[in-house]
Amino acid sequence: MSSMDFTQASVWLPLFFFVAMGIAMLSYVVLDGYDLGIGMLLNRGNDADKDMMIASIGPFWDANETWIVLGVGLLLVAFPLAHGQILTELYLPVAAMLLGLILRGVSFDFRVKVNIEQKPLWNLLFYLGSLIASVSQGIMIGRLIVGFDSGALGWLFSLLVGLCLPAGYVLLGATWLILKTEGTLQQKAFRWAKNSLWLTGLGIALVSLATPYFSTEIMHKWFSWPQIIWLSPVPIATGILFLLTLRSINALEKKSTQKEWLPFACVVAIFWLAFFGIAYSIFPYVIIGKVTLWQAAAATESLWVIFWGAIVVLPTILGYTLFSYRIFKGKATALTYY
Amino acid sequence: MSVNPYLPGATVLDSLLFSRIQFGANISFHILFPTISIALGWFLFFFKIQHIRTGQDYWQEAYRFWVKIFALTFALGVVSGITMSFQFGTNWPGYMETVGNIAGPLLAYEVLTAFFLEATFLGVMLFGANRVSPLVHTVATFLVAFGTSLSAFWIIVLNSWMQTPQGFKMVDGKAYAVDWLAIVFNPSMPYRFWHMMLASFLTVSFLLAGISAYRYLRNSRSPANFLVMKLSLTVAMVLIPLQIMLGDMHGLNTLQHQPAKLAAMEGIWEGGSGVPAVIFAVPNQKTRSNDYEISIPKLASLYLTHSVDGEVKGLNDFGDKIPPVAPVFFAFRVMVGMGVLMLLCSWIGRWQLRQNRQLPKWMARVLVAMTFSGWIAVLAGWYVTEIGRQPYLVTGVLTTAQAVTTLPAGMVFSTLFAYLVLYVGLLAAYIWVVFYLARQADAKDAQGHPAPKKTDSSFSPFGV
Repeated sequence: MSSMDFTQASVWLPLFFFVAMGIAMLSYVVLDGYDLGIGMLLNRGNDADKDMMIASIGPFWDANETWIVLGVGLLLVAFPLAHGQILTELYLPVAAMLLGLILRGVSFDFRVKVNIEQKPLWNLLFYLGSLIASVSQGIMIGRLIVGFDSGALGWLFSLLVGLCLPAGYVLLGATWLILKTEGTLQQKAFRWAKNSLWLTGLGIALVSLATPYFSTEIMHKWFSWPQIIWLSPVPIATGILFLLTLRSINALEKKSTQKEWLPFACVVAIFWLAFFGIAYSIFPYVIIGKVTLWQAAAATESLWVIFWGAIVVLPTILGYTLFSYRIFKGKATALTYY
Repeated sequence: MSVNPYLPGATVLDSLLFSRIQFGANISFHILFPTISIALGWFLFFFKIQHIRTGQDYWQEAYRFWVKIFALTFALGVVSGITMSFQFGTNWPGYMETVGNIAGPLLAYEVLTAFFLEATFLGVMLFGANRVSPLVHTVATFLVAFGTSLSAFWIIVLNSWMQTPQGFKMVDGKAYAVDWLAIVFNPSMPYRFWHMMLASFLTVSFLLAGISAYRYLRNSRSPANFLVMKLSLTVAMVLIPLQIMLGDMHGLNTLQHQPAKLAAMEGIWEGGSGVPAVIFAVPNQKTRSNDYEISIPKLASLYLTHSVDGEVKGLNDFGDKIPPVAPVFFAFRVMVGMGVLMLLCSWIGRWQLRQNRQLPKWMARVLVAMTFSGWIAVLAGWYVTEIGRQPYLVTGVLTTAQAVTTLPAGMVFSTLFAYLVLYVGLLAAYIWVVFYLARQADAKDAQGHPAPKKTDSSFSPFGV
């Protein structure tokens, strides 16, 4: 590593794409996370709540989901060798996630178009699809952290992450509802957010304890001197953010503050930190202990071709994404095509 | 045939077979929806422009009805498309390992330039009408249509490159790009792209005509409905002859670059000069000849080479490297037959509508039956081109068998089963909802106020 010459394109281009892929994946987790979370909360609301919950994500869910295509696309494009191996290892959870995403994506549209008798069926499918997709994404992250360890403990850990990630998504979804809704639905969202906050916190703690246990590689990285010093702000900041989320929700409930965006922003920040933790632990591997990002990288010439495109296009995407969020800012209103 | 390392007893061949069926099912399901959304996006943009230009509310009404079907179609296209982006890795790991340097950037450009554009502005197009100015809403409609077409462009560039690869070199069994312009503008790309675009417009024309005819038979006398029927039949009437010409040019291109595929389409086993045109036959892969052949001497040479004694290669000239002949041969005939049927329907139907006359009932019923005829033609066309490319995944570079996953066959089979159940269910739901929306729109027309929430839910698209 120390002998690497970062002025060489063959060295920094793969790194650039590793970071870009990370940002795409994180964008996916946060953006689709809140709408998956709302999907998992759906059957807790009454009929009017359900319509409003869906209305709050209506204009966004499609673009949100596109980030996973970019994330996997970059894995495919920049690290073709790892792509095949990772997706072969993750075959079943990926298939389950895809089935979940299909169910959810179409239910969203079918539920408003069918007659009233069939609506509960599509609501149920929307809920199930969101749940299946979230649990399988959690399992995939778990598998990645244990380096696809096929022992019973490795699987147990993966299942643990598979339960924690949905809790985090529900937290994102609930805080999104705090931001986008009002009245009784918002009151319910306060309660949902607080319940899932504890579950998410427990999940992050358990995963943080289990991760170094499963991977000596990661244990060395976390607890060796002096890394431990400059890594310590990550768990500390995470803890502070949890408290801040709880406090701000309580304050909103008592109407002593107007900052409805604050809980959502805090949870996004928690996700950032958790994601940074995972990315730092995995780096420089694409598959822990087996394939580094430089070993898995595509030909430098191909990376250049995408690099220039990405440099021009990504800011454009960011621009019109912000434009779309500005159009639909404020409280959600009933979805109508005109 | 090697033994599967994960499951002794099962062979890799089973994984290959199931992977192929799974990918075939997935791609077949997926393609149905972009085929509609590509052209429907442009039709919506046209409705929008017409509304602004003429000030007539009919166009607005047409937009509002069809945008619902567009939204549904788009959602199905997105979710099935995501599935495909993963299956490259799960089922065909050898594909990206071999040609990733070329396929990768093409796919990346699709995501970067098209996916985000269409997905983001879809939100504005569907739900933003009250929040943005009419101009911004029109621009959003345009960007969605444009994004969808751009997406089709990149995918077809990649597919064409796999059919007629050029602009690369092989080093240690991996492809490296040499000339990107040659890769993008590979020999079959322009034909394939425009053939697909026209196919999309024809599919949507018949969808518009079929649903409008369905509403007409249910006594809808909405001017918007009549307008859309007339427009769609006009578009079909003009585009089908163009499609036939383009198809012929595409065939000549295939003769030049993929002669084995063309021989399979035509059912020609023995090549030479003055080959006959096979009208009907049952190709027999074992005997390497046709059973029950009915053919016209020298005709194939005439239309393929434009000379009665022109040289055409037969399947026997390619040894083992030939595709499964019968599926290609029959799919080609289904596609052409469907095209002829569409030609007749659009010409007769459009003639019957001259000077604002009404359609006779029987013709309206025919159009209802033809609502999804474009799907059949498009699927048949894709089977011709994709099965016709076998045994190669990338012509001359990588065979399908080399690219397939080594996962246990049972795993591939179980997911295949789950996908199939889901796809059949969703397809039925989609067709049902399209007709249901039509009934709902008429209920609205008839009563002058929104349709009652409780409506007849019986599925009877053809029982009009």
